[in-house]
Amino acid sequence: MSQVASAPSSPAAPTAAETFSPAGLRRRVSEGELGSLPVVIGLVVIWLIFWWLNPNFLTARNITNLVLQIVVYGMIAAGVVLVLLLGEIDLSVGSVSGMCAAIMGVLNVKMGQPPLVALLAALVTGAAVGLLQGFWFTRLHVPSFVVTLAGLLAWSGAQLWVLGETGTINLNDKLIVGLANTFFPAWVGWAIAALAIIVFAIATGEEHRRRRAAGLVVGSPQLLALQVIIFGAVLFGAVAVLNADRGVPSGILILLGCVVVLDYVTRRTRFGRHIYAVGGNPEAARRAGISVTSIRVAVFSMGSLMAAAGGVMAASRLFAVNQSSGQSDTLLNSIASAVIGGVSLFGGRGSVWAAPLGALVIGSISNGMDLLALSSSVKFMITGAVLLLAVTIDALSRRGRESAGRA
Amino acid sequence: MSGPASKRAPLLELRGVSKHFGAVQALSAVDFEVYAGEVVGLVGDNGAGKSTLIKTISGISLPDTGEFVFDGQPVTVRGPNDVARLGIATVYQDLALCDNLDVVGNLFLGREVATGGPLPLDEVGMEKRALDVLGRLAVRIPNVRTPIASLSGGQRQSVAVARSVMWDARLVLLDEPTAALGVAQTRQVLELIRTLRGHGLGVVVISHNLADVFEVCDRIIVLRLGRRVASFDVRNVNREQVVGAITGAQFGGDVDEEPE
Repeated sequence: MSQVASAPSSPAAPTAAETFSPAGLRRRVSEGELGSLPVVIGLVVIWLIFWWLNPNFLTARNITNLVLQIVVYGMIAAGVVLVLLLGEIDLSVGSVSGMCAAIMGVLNVKMGQPPLVALLAALVTGAAVGLLQGFWFTRLHVPSFVVTLAGLLAWSGAQLWVLGETGTINLNDKLIVGLANTFFPAWVGWAIAALAIIVFAIATGEEHRRRRAAGLVVGSPQLLALQVIIFGAVLFGAVAVLNADRGVPSGILILLGCVVVLDYVTRRTRFGRHIYAVGGNPEAARRAGISVTSIRVAVFSMGSLMAAAGGVMAASRLFAVNQSSGQSDTLLNSIASAVIGGVSLFGGRGSVWAAPLGALVIGSISNGMDLLALSSSVKFMITGAVLLLAVTIDALSRRGRESAGRA
Repeated sequence: MSGPASKRAPLLELRGVSKHFGAVQALSAVDFEVYAGEVVGLVGDNGAGKSTLIKTISGISLPDTGEFVFDGQPVTVRGPNDVARLGIATVYQDLALCDNLDVVGNLFLGREVATGGPLPLDEVGMEKRALDVLGRLAVRIPNVRTPIASLSGGQRQSVAVARSVMWDARLVLLDEPTAALGVAQTRQVLELIRTLRGHGLGVVVISHNLADVFEVCDRIIVLRLGRRVASFDVRNVNREQVVGAITGAQFGGDVDEEPE
């Protein structure tokens, strides 16, 4: 009775090539695993529109300005991405960036501490703020939205208190000011790009070799070579443009360095895998023996640390810290960058690369409209529309995934 | 594929398990046994005590009285970890999968293999092991790098089962494994259960679907109002007798209850 003559044969077994073929790509699109494709397309469209409206948009000088403008939002957004991956939100990043920058400024200028001490103090304060907020959220079960909203107010207050009556502190230390305002000579840019391409090529080739040695599905070598060539072309192209103006700025290197490290941590380590697991299904993560609480606290701490780093970069770029540092649209633009870059608000989906990509989109819109001499009113409305569009794409692709799952 | 070998000692045996919640007697002196290489169907109406019994076996709920014997050895169970260490795995109805992670990620959730210290995950090794496990269980997943979200219900169930048995499990508890599945997917899951039996594992299936129970189980144990009222060999019983035992209208097997 329990024996069945023969099991019905299952649908055709998958072919190895399916994953990497155009058909596989179509499947990924229909199932809502889009990755960063929409944002890259969006960016190209935005650039073409502004270039058409004002040819100055795509000059070396303006692109260098654009790159300088996105560093701060990119840094803060990288931290926001981590928190969003958990399915949580951190509304305090703007205030934390301002407060930590103020601490650095006061320590260095008013108290005469060495720049490195001031810098480290700012970063440690950021990490500690995140620990506190993460603790409050996980242990006392106050929603992260509320904890960080309280943080938004409280740390702004702390910033004013730290700054005291002077209000504005002008920075003049070489190291601190140099963080965002150094331009490297042409050969340094080329060398860094060449090094990055070599590392990328070796890593890609090595992974291919290990997969093939283990008898796993591999993409065609031509496709991998194409990947390396595209990566190299983008990188060399960027360096060429930046070198045509003042050279590669230090700020963008610091931003990309942070993103590469965080991307590695999130995608390649156990800790990173656990971040995605907690964001995808906290109950499943807990039952699998993952300490959901420590993952959450650690991520909130890293988020605030990145906010502090962003605040430091902002202060460095402006040569000053004042009462409006980290205020106004810092928070909104940082969260918008992460979301426009393709990180899901529902947790567990997206990559750290969303931060610089999203910041580039927001920065391009803002920069392009400045070139066209449009007013802030138009700027805000357009940015809002782009944000809405990005979230809509996320929601629609989520629905695509759900219907694909019921297939 | 060996049938229930009643001459051997059971893989798991519970003796006289009782549990009450306040005034409610959820389980009254229930005996339960499952042999290696045997599929036992645990059936009963809502509130019969199936869930409490499963929670007792998986160590989530500790009984008021009763003995827990595994592999012939009396065992003291203080919590789920003690049970997991014995090699007893439970797949709950919600499956506890992360939709956003791929099949490999879910199979290794919480037990990821790193190539060294905090250094990169051994994705190649894990993928190889995943393909190996799925192959041995004859589970067909088109691509182990697709996120769970885009798999069918039957495939998800199979992944959840594969995860539970790939870490040296000897007994698997499946809570409603075919609920909400279509015909083809149900077939897929039942096939997997037979494969588990073929590998010599003990399997306990909790199900409301008697057709599935009859198709895959060797033995059916019926609970009613917190008591074990019957144990049937599927070859010697028909549907009506089982339904009778569940509802209390009729009884058979090793019946020990009074009619209402």
